[in-house]
Amino acid sequence: MPADSPSVAPFEAVSVSGWGRTAPTTARLVRPRTQEEAAAAVLGCGERGGIARGLGRAYGDAAQNAGGDVFDMTGLDRVHTIDADAGTVVCDAGVSLHHLMEVLLPLGWFVPVTPGTRYVTVGGAIGADIHGKNHHGSGAFARHVLAMDLLTADGAVRTLVPGTPLFDATAGGMGLTGVILSATVRLQPVETSLMSVDTERATDLDDLMARLTATDHRYRYSVAWIDLLARGAAMGRSVLTRGDHAPLDALPARARARRAPLAFRPGQLPAAPSFVPEGLLGRRSVGLFNELWYRKAPRWRTGELQKISTFFHPLDGVPHWNRVYGRGGFVQYQFVVGYGKEEALRRVVRRISERGCPSFLAVLKRFGDADPGWLSFPMPGWTLALDIPANLPGLGAFLDELDEEVAAADGRVYLAKDSRLRPEMLAGMYPRLDDFRALRAELDPRGVFRSDLSRRLAL
Amino acid sequence: MKDAFGTPQSLLVLGGASEIGLATARRLVVRRTRTVWLAGRPSPALDEAAAGLRDLGADVRTTAFDALDPESHEEGLGKVFAEGDIDMVLLAFGVLGDQARDEDEPLSAVRVAQTNYTGAISSGLVCARALQTQGHGSLVVLSSVAGERARRSNFIYGSSKAGLDAFTQGLGDALHGTGVHVMVVRPGFVRSKMTAGLEEAPMSTTPDAVAAAIETGLRRRSETVWVPGKLRVVMSALRHVPRPLFRRLPI
Repeated sequence: MPADSPSVAPFEAVSVSGWGRTAPTTARLVRPRTQEEAAAAVLGCGERGGIARGLGRAYGDAAQNAGGDVFDMTGLDRVHTIDADAGTVVCDAGVSLHHLMEVLLPLGWFVPVTPGTRYVTVGGAIGADIHGKNHHGSGAFARHVLAMDLLTADGAVRTLVPGTPLFDATAGGMGLTGVILSATVRLQPVETSLMSVDTERATDLDDLMARLTATDHRYRYSVAWIDLLARGAAMGRSVLTRGDHAPLDALPARARARRAPLAFRPGQLPAAPSFVPEGLLGRRSVGLFNELWYRKAPRWRTGELQKISTFFHPLDGVPHWNRVYGRGGFVQYQFVVGYGKEEALRRVVRRISERGCPSFLAVLKRFGDADPGWLSFPMPGWTLALDIPANLPGLGAFLDELDEEVAAADGRVYLAKDSRLRPEMLAGMYPRLDDFRALRAELDPRGVFRSDLSRRLAL
Repeated sequence: MKDAFGTPQSLLVLGGASEIGLATARRLVVRRTRTVWLAGRPSPALDEAAAGLRDLGADVRTTAFDALDPESHEEGLGKVFAEGDIDMVLLAFGVLGDQARDEDEPLSAVRVAQTNYTGAISSGLVCARALQTQGHGSLVVLSSVAGERARRSNFIYGSSKAGLDAFTQGLGDALHGTGVHVMVVRPGFVRSKMTAGLEEAPMSTTPDAVAAAIETGLRRRSETVWVPGKLRVVMSALRHVPRPLFRRLPI
C-alpha cells in the first residue's frame, strides 16, 4: 500500500485497556483522520469487528476490542462552527470537552454537561450518555445534542435528531450502533469562568440525604464526597460542594479575575509516575486521607470562588492519576437506586463501610429525570460512585453481592464504568435492552460494531 | 471475556478429568465461568466431571483429546475455538509414571515424556495461536516443582515437567504484547488420586489450594505461581545446593 494512499488510515497492533487498567486486550488501532477514512475503516474491519474509542476514560472494557479493530477517533478533532448568539457548536466527535472549554469559554459559553474529567470526547460523551453534577436539573449529555452524524455498519452516514429510535439507541449505546462522527451541541451561557461554591459538611448518611433532598434544587451543580471508610455513627459522613457559574458581579471589584473573567487556566501538576507499587492505597492510608479531607472541609462556607477545573475536574490536575493504583489497576462501581429505595442505598453504604473498602474517590449525587437513551444510565434517584483497587481479595464476589442489592431495588450499574458485571443481571437493570439488541441485529447484521464490553455482557 | 479480576467466562480444560483442572473449573464456575469445555479421553470419569460442573450451573461440553496423539490436536481443538472465544485454557493433563518401572521399561518412560512434554507442546501451540487470533485470553500450564531440579526419586517425571516449564516460559515471552497471558503454575506435592499411595512430601498441597492460587494469579496477571507460595523461596535455595549434597537430601 503506497504511503500516500488516502483511503486507509494508519494502524498498529496495541494493547488497549480502560482507565481502570484492568483486563487489557490487543487490537489493531486505526486512527482515521477524515470521515472518509473512518468509513473505509468500518468497511474494512475484519470478522472481529471494530469499536470507536475516544480518550479512553471509560473505566472498563467499553472501548477495547480483542483481536479486532479499535478506531481512535481523536484524529477527528475539528470544531466546525460556533454560533455564539444561539449558543450551539458543531464539532467532530473526537473533540475533547477540554478543547471545547478552551474555545468556548472566552465566548461566554460552557459545555452543557461535564463529568469529573474534561478529557472525554464528544463522541464518548454521547456514547456513554455521560452525566455531571447538574444532572438533577439538566439531564445527561445527549439531551443537549441537537443532531449527530452516525457512521453505520453499511458505511453510510446518517444524520440523527432526538426522538428517533436510532438517536435514542446511540445515546448511551456504548458505540455499538456505529461511529459518531460529529454532533451539534447546545451550550450553557456563562458570565465568568469561575464557580461560586457553597461547601458544607454532613455528619452521617442520613444528614447527607436530608441536606441534598432539602436544598439541591437551589443549585445548578451538586455533589457530595462521601467517606466510605467511616463507621458507626459517622457512617456516610460527607462534604457537599454545590454551586453555579459565578456571575460577573460576584467577582471582587479590583480582582485580577475582573480583567479577564472568562479566562480558562486549568493548571496542571506533574504526572503520576509510571510505576507505583501495589497496595499503596490500603485501608490505613485511605482512611487517613479521608479523615483529613473531611476535617479540612469547612462546616459551612458560601460563595467561595473556585476555578472550573477545581470544582469539576480536580483529578485532571494530575495526568495519569489512574496509575496510583499500581499495576493491578482499579475498578469503579457506580450504581443508581430510585427515590424511595433509600434503604437499599443505606445497606450498600453500610456493607462497604463494614468491609473497609479503601475508596477515596466516592461521590453521592441525586439524579433528576431519566434520560431518553435506551441504555442511558441515569434514573431519578441516588447514585453512588466509588473506586476500589482491583487487587483487593474477594472484591469480585463482594461487588456481585452489591449488584444483587441494587437489582433488588430496581436500580442499575453504569456500563461506562463497568468491568465486571454478571451478564445475567443486565436485562433487569436496563429494561430496553431487548429493543437495543433488536435494533442492532437489524442495523448491523454482520456484527461489525463489537467491543469487549459487548462480548462480556452479550449486549 | 475476562472481567476486571481476570475471571474467565469460558474455559477449556485440557485433561478434563484432572483433579486440579476440575477444582479450578469448579472455583471459576462459582465466580463467573459459564461455558466449560472438558477435553480428554472419552471415559466415565470425564462424563462424571461434566455432570458435576453442570450441577453448578455451567454449560459444559466434552471433546475428545489425547495428548499422545498430537496429529489430532489442531483439528480437535480448532473445533472448540470455532464455537466461540475461549477466555482461558488450562493445560492440566499429565501422568506421574512409576519411576522404578519406567527406569526398567524405557518405552513407558518415553510415554511419560510424550504426555507431559510433547503432548503439551503441540496442544499448547495450537491453543496459543487461537488465543492470539482472539487478541485475549490466558493459557495456564500446570508445571511442577519436580521440574525445577531433577531428583533421584522422580527424574523421569521431573524432566518432562522441566521441559514443559521451559517451553511455557518461552511461549509466554513469545506471546508478550499479543494480549495473551501465559502463566506457569508450579505446585508442590498435591494430594490427589495421581499421588495416592505415595509418601507425602513436605509442604504438600491440595487441588483446591492450587485452584485458589490460579484464581489469584489470574487476577494479578502473574507469570509464575508457586503453590504454596513459600515453595518459591525453598526451591530457589534448593536450586543452588551442590550436587553431592543434593544427592543425599531425603527428598
